[in-house]
Amino acid sequence: MRIHIHQSTQYAYDEPIRAAVQILRTTPRPNDGQHISLWRVETDADARLKPGEDAFGNITHALYIDGAIQRLRLTVVGEVETSDTGGVLRGGLERLPVQVFLRETPLTLAGVDLRSYATDVTGGRHDRLDRLHDLLAAIHRDIAVSEEPAGQDTNAAKAFSQGQGCVQDLAHIFISAARHIGAPARFVSGHLFRHDEEVAHNAAHAWAEAHVEGLGWVGFDPVTGACPTDAYVRVASALDYLGAAPVRGARFGGGKEHLDVSLSVAAEPGWRGQ
Amino acid sequence: MSTVSAVRKVCWTIGDAMNSFDEMHGQGPQSVRGLYDKVKSWLDQTPSETMAARRAQAELFFRRIGITFAVYGEAEAGERLIPFDLIPRIISRSEWNLLERGLKQRVATLNAFLSDIYGQQSCLKAGIVPADLIYTNPQYRLEMVGRQAPHGVWVHIAGVDIVRTGERDFYVLEDNARTPSGVSYMLENREVMMRLAPELFANHHVAPVETYTDALLATLRSVAPRGAEADPTIVLLTPGRYNSAFYEHTFLADKLGIELVEGSDLFVRDDKVYMRTTVGPQRVDVIYRRLDDEFIDPLVFNPSSMLGVAGLMSAYLAGNVTLANAVGTGISDDKAVYSYMPDLVRFYTGDEPILQNVPTWRCREPEALSYVLDHLDELVVKEVGGSGGYGMLIGPTSSKDEIEMFRAKLRHAPDQFIAQPTLALSTCPTFVDQGVAPRHVDLRPFVLTGSDEVRITPGGLSRVALREGSLVVNSSQGGGTKDTWVLEA
Repeated sequence: MRIHIHQSTQYAYDEPIRAAVQILRTTPRPNDGQHISLWRVETDADARLKPGEDAFGNITHALYIDGAIQRLRLTVVGEVETSDTGGVLRGGLERLPVQVFLRETPLTLAGVDLRSYATDVTGGRHDRLDRLHDLLAAIHRDIAVSEEPAGQDTNAAKAFSQGQGCVQDLAHIFISAARHIGAPARFVSGHLFRHDEEVAHNAAHAWAEAHVEGLGWVGFDPVTGACPTDAYVRVASALDYLGAAPVRGARFGGGKEHLDVSLSVAAEPGWRGQ
Repeated sequence: MSTVSAVRKVCWTIGDAMNSFDEMHGQGPQSVRGLYDKVKSWLDQTPSETMAARRAQAELFFRRIGITFAVYGEAEAGERLIPFDLIPRIISRSEWNLLERGLKQRVATLNAFLSDIYGQQSCLKAGIVPADLIYTNPQYRLEMVGRQAPHGVWVHIAGVDIVRTGERDFYVLEDNARTPSGVSYMLENREVMMRLAPELFANHHVAPVETYTDALLATLRSVAPRGAEADPTIVLLTPGRYNSAFYEHTFLADKLGIELVEGSDLFVRDDKVYMRTTVGPQRVDVIYRRLDDEFIDPLVFNPSSMLGVAGLMSAYLAGNVTLANAVGTGISDDKAVYSYMPDLVRFYTGDEPILQNVPTWRCREPEALSYVLDHLDELVVKEVGGSGGYGMLIGPTSSKDEIEMFRAKLRHAPDQFIAQPTLALSTCPTFVDQGVAPRHVDLRPFVLTGSDEVRITPGGLSRVALREGSLVVNSSQGGGTKDTWVLEA
């Protein structure tokens, strides 16, 4: 499938900002399931973008702005040729040993209830892949997807107790549960082309990957209840949302911030089902 | 919070003080070790009123200097004065030579270990340390994997806690390799001591400690980025006035002649760090940071940290600024990793460890856990990532309830704990209400590692448990400090 992505983030400030620093994780790496034909990150302000790489091997851009500006637009344009790999990630860059992804982080704290849930819903099986699929089906069934995050600083345990969360919360729930049953797991941010919805979204997608001996990293999307297909573009991965966040920034001055995000993920006609 | 470990540290012993090695009397109350001859006669000959007057003066000095510390987690929290004991703790040149060799070996091992686990990982491949202990530890900073610290130096400043149990028996209790504090007390104690007991100085040849600040400055200069100017700009980054060691930060910045800055005084532009000054931005080359990794850059670590500098890690990883200590050193003073130190010393240096390790049960190992659970009333149990005496159990002095509470914690997360036997810490003569009596002490020497050499100021900070039989040198629980003398002859 050939997927076109156009994302525009517009920041407006009540007062001019004096300076800003951001770390962007908006540029995907290629793997066997995605060939990047085109990718551009641009800004309309007088800003410098310094490319780099983070701990997880994600491509980063450090964005530096100085001088008074009141408006900043960040544009990401991409074209990716994808193929279905049955959810298995191959040919990606791995900088860290797999065991690292057994770590619990503040956002992926499981809590007692989620732990016992994870044990219960995977109890019937021995094979790790089977257990992960059971876990995926259970979370997809039991946790509702909401547009808004379950709350500020929501961790997996809290979202689980509320029975609902945004796509990031669902990924955290899956990751915490998978780690609890001994599977290294990580957070993935990216884009999803949805056949069944309008073309325009205003938010990027997120899902999880878990490690299975012999197979490697396998994607699990608790929002759809299925493994990623050729409708997915994988951008960044980390222990949790914070590590893979598309933008983390700080600014000096500016007063109140107004954010306007538009995102379109479209598939090229004729490529569907390839 | 490693910044408070200097003042909130716990030591312990079993039984009464008389069974411990006394540094003045040796093994018997009638004998006096030659080292202490003159101190003994000074104590015997100085009228008690004179001593009392000097002790009062000492307190006045410290109050005037304003040297205080804040205590966390206490109802009457606030600034306090750490009691100063007028009787110096004495270490002979030959004892010090042994300690110095041991400390150099220890800190060289810490640096080699850090270069290795963030690089080749040969100690993991060789099976010296289990890989999962490192990989799942939050102090193993993934941002540093595959990177090396500038000039290969990770632990520029180490505060290694040492306890003594006999004539030649020294144990390392903790390797503090993050942001160890307490050195200001070492320096202030000496200054006060020289004013209050000049006659005692006159008849001893005491190795100076005032050289510490020059040594620290030389160390920090030696690790400036290679592109920096001949006279690099060095700053001390403090979490601010609410930090328990804030006094020390101001003190050191003043002695070093460098700027004391908070996160908001610095900014990063194009991967370079600048300090805001009245004459415009000034490039910064070396940051002596007294701020834990977790808080140094909200874009990489804790996003809610207001104490750090946005973009600092980008500048650091680009090699444009040196942080001392390096990012990621916390893995080397983790208490579970500590238990492997003797093997690590052999692995990296090829030599036998000069300083001993306290035998340590790793509760992550099932046999060790069951032993520990059966002997909780005899053991000291510590959290692997904790420091400064927080979150620990001292079996022999704990109530049944406290022990049961810890038992539950241990069962719930055994890999978070280690346990150690209680040690009979050495004692030193100390002023108490009834006169002079033996009290338990420990020692924190400061080891400086630059790109050029290792510098160790003779002595360090001696802490003393002021209450009779007390196991605790913790200043919030009746702990004090002493001037520490290394005698040249």
